[in-house]
Amino acid sequence: MARMKFLCDAERCIECNGCVTACKNENEVPWGVNRRRVVTINDGVVGAEKSISVACMHCSDAPCMAVCPVDCFYRTDEGVVLHDKDLCIGCGYCFYACPFGAPQFPQAGAFGLRGKMDKCTFCAGGPEKDLSKEEFAKYGSNRLAQGKLPACAEMCSTKALLGGDGDVIADIYRQRVLRRGKGSEVWGWGTAYGKPDQKAAPAGAKS
Amino acid sequence: MNKTGKLVLAIAALAVAAGLSACGEREQVIVYKQGKYQGKPDSKPWESDPAASLYTSSKWTPGDKTSWESAVRNRNLAQNEYNRVQ
Repeated sequence: MARMKFLCDAERCIECNGCVTACKNENEVPWGVNRRRVVTINDGVVGAEKSISVACMHCSDAPCMAVCPVDCFYRTDEGVVLHDKDLCIGCGYCFYACPFGAPQFPQAGAFGLRGKMDKCTFCAGGPEKDLSKEEFAKYGSNRLAQGKLPACAEMCSTKALLGGDGDVIADIYRQRVLRRGKGSEVWGWGTAYGKPDQKAAPAGAKS
Repeated sequence: MNKTGKLVLAIAALAVAAGLSACGEREQVIVYKQGKYQGKPDSKPWESDPAASLYTSSKWTPGDKTSWESAVRNRNLAQNEYNRVQ
């Protein structure tokens, strides 16, 4: 069983915002809503600047699901967290609960009135007939039903952003870390996903 | 085996059962029945017809989960540029 996840390689992200643009274009996301965005720390500091692309991380134990008062969220067999806009009341609890700031709210009227929540769907659509006009209008493109992966990850020019089955992308990232001899210590992947039969990256090695 | 031995064995078995219960993976999808996830209507991605989508190179048999997963996995592996440059 695939368990869909995103992984952003901060060593590779060049802050081009190609993923943001791809998402906007693929899903025709309205003005003011950003399902995906690039966050940069130490901006302009030589050698210390790092960027990472952030969207819904499709948590295994999602806090948005836990706090939703109308229980509009659900998780698919592929581990994708989706929500039903017909049930959403736009209360904003999920926005406060989410550690990644994934839930977005379009302005629905005067005085900052919030519309129904919008977030990354892992390009998996929502609770409408797959590949229907209704699904596209509410939730955007359903690339998984077309045998594709999210547009942001597939568009990434440096392949910093990986999307897909967690085991597969963890293997791809592990291969990179072993090649460049560093990186596992940053995120703890060696601990979380390392295989006992594989040698760890040499300590202190530089790429 | 005397009574104390049996008691120790029973406690040990209970401790092992309780300890190992934390090692399992909890089912994440709570309910899927009659085309609904927890009451929200949605179909599964492998139920769609690959011919219905434009511009895709993925091929699978509609309704066959294994072939869909295989198609997506191939697409997923294409993200590894080491496979292409070596």
